[in-house]
Amino acid sequence: MLDDFFIRALIAGLGVSLITGPMGCFTIWRRLSFFGDTLAHSALLGVTMALTFELNIPLAVFVISSIIAVMLLSLQKKTRLPGDALLGLLAHSSLAIGLVVIGFLSNIRFDVMGLLFGDILAVNKVDILIIWIGGALILIILKFIWKSLFAATVNYDLAEAEGMKPDRASIIFTILMAAMIAIAIKMVGLLLITGMLIMPAAMARNLSDNPSKMVVLSIVGGIMSVSIGLFASLEFNSPSGPSIITAALILFLLSLINFRKSNKIKNY
Amino acid sequence: METNNKKTLIKLENASVEKNKKILVKHISLEVKQGEIVTLIGPNGSGKTTTAKMALGINKAFEGNVQRYTSQIGYVPQKVMIDWTLPIRVNDFMQLTSKINSEEVNEALNFTGVDHLKNKNLNELSGGEFQRVLIARAIAKKPELLVLDEPVQGVDFKGEISLYELIRSISEKTNCGILLISHDLHVVMSATDYVVCLNGHICCSGTPKKVANSNQYRELFGDRASTMLSIYEHNHDHSHSTDGTIKKNN
Repeated sequence: MLDDFFIRALIAGLGVSLITGPMGCFTIWRRLSFFGDTLAHSALLGVTMALTFELNIPLAVFVISSIIAVMLLSLQKKTRLPGDALLGLLAHSSLAIGLVVIGFLSNIRFDVMGLLFGDILAVNKVDILIIWIGGALILIILKFIWKSLFAATVNYDLAEAEGMKPDRASIIFTILMAAMIAIAIKMVGLLLITGMLIMPAAMARNLSDNPSKMVVLSIVGGIMSVSIGLFASLEFNSPSGPSIITAALILFLLSLINFRKSNKIKNY
Repeated sequence: METNNKKTLIKLENASVEKNKKILVKHISLEVKQGEIVTLIGPNGSGKTTTAKMALGINKAFEGNVQRYTSQIGYVPQKVMIDWTLPIRVNDFMQLTSKINSEEVNEALNFTGVDHLKNKNLNELSGGEFQRVLIARAIAKKPELLVLDEPVQGVDFKGEISLYELIRSISEKTNCGILLISHDLHVVMSATDYVVCLNGHICCSGTPKKVANSNQYRELFGDRASTMLSIYEHNHDHSHSTDGTIKKNN
């Protein structure tokens, strides 16, 4: 069964959706979409490092993204530059350095398009293993810090005052973001990974009245996006990563219509 | 502060906070004990919230000493903004930092008069309703120490008085210590054991009566503030004789 590339792609996509669901919810709750983008851009640098020094790609991406994340946290304390400018600075410098390094690697044949937009149809059994084992680890750790991370998301002061250790939870969450990007990058690519994070979560927000429901719907939305995107990709021969994101957009738009209707009933 | 064997919950000694090399509050010393209500008063920008946050460990003191002797803390911050992207009901919010069962949730919400809002979304609440939910959340976990930063802001006049009575009764019933920040001088003065008057540093402190009669207090709040207290004290005696609750006389 795993020999069929399409089944492999589905299993990989399912695994990634299970992680991006809850992570995506926290990403929009904590207003971290641009932060996710920055980490994704820095993944290019990670990939080029892996190729240069012949390292495992997801591992190198994870390490580089984590370093960028920690750098961001410490830069935030040292400069008065606003957060979004700081993010842009790190995102584009890591992207630029990554591309410069690629330029020097003329002897290595390298699929830049696959890196930018993902190539889920090319995942192999090892990739699937990395996604599911890495994903399970991410979810276990997330479950462990859930309460304090959620409290910190609602109100930092309250969480700190009542002993929920919000700083620790935020740092762990940042590292989980880096890990998630490292294992999901092959599927939708570094330019689209944030879309996979926030679009199902945004859709879920329109249909939820409590946090757990939003997380579950976000996972469901991710799975639906992956399935629809993959089938469309097979049917119309469209690129797989962008097809998945387009499917997510359509789901989001549909949820918007639904939401407005239910709101009207409430108001009148 | 009178000496007795009540457990000290929080103690600040000469503690100061700075931000961007500017000192916000300087040399603050205060202590909250079990069953005691300590109130911080002072004009805007006098460092009341900063002092409370320092006591809670949110703001770090760069000099002096801050000691907390309990981890059972309930906090009502001055401002809580809930982003629209976060769907959260009153019931979810009640269990934010501790595991409490639905009976305790109902009891606390009932206590502040908002049990009918249990399944409402926080975004749907009015300012006063939200404030009552905030207080309910802080007391639901039965903390040893309550820190209330302007807990009745946005609450209607009648509700304001009943909420202050409620706060008083919590401290009597559960013997928890309360650090209160408030602007409502007359109400505060009635329901407080110890008043700390802030203006970047401690101007004066002591029993409500002592503070109200001090010159520093008059300078900060004007002569009328002292008059307000005397008007209030009159009412205070009356309500007590009918009430029958035990009160100290200073």
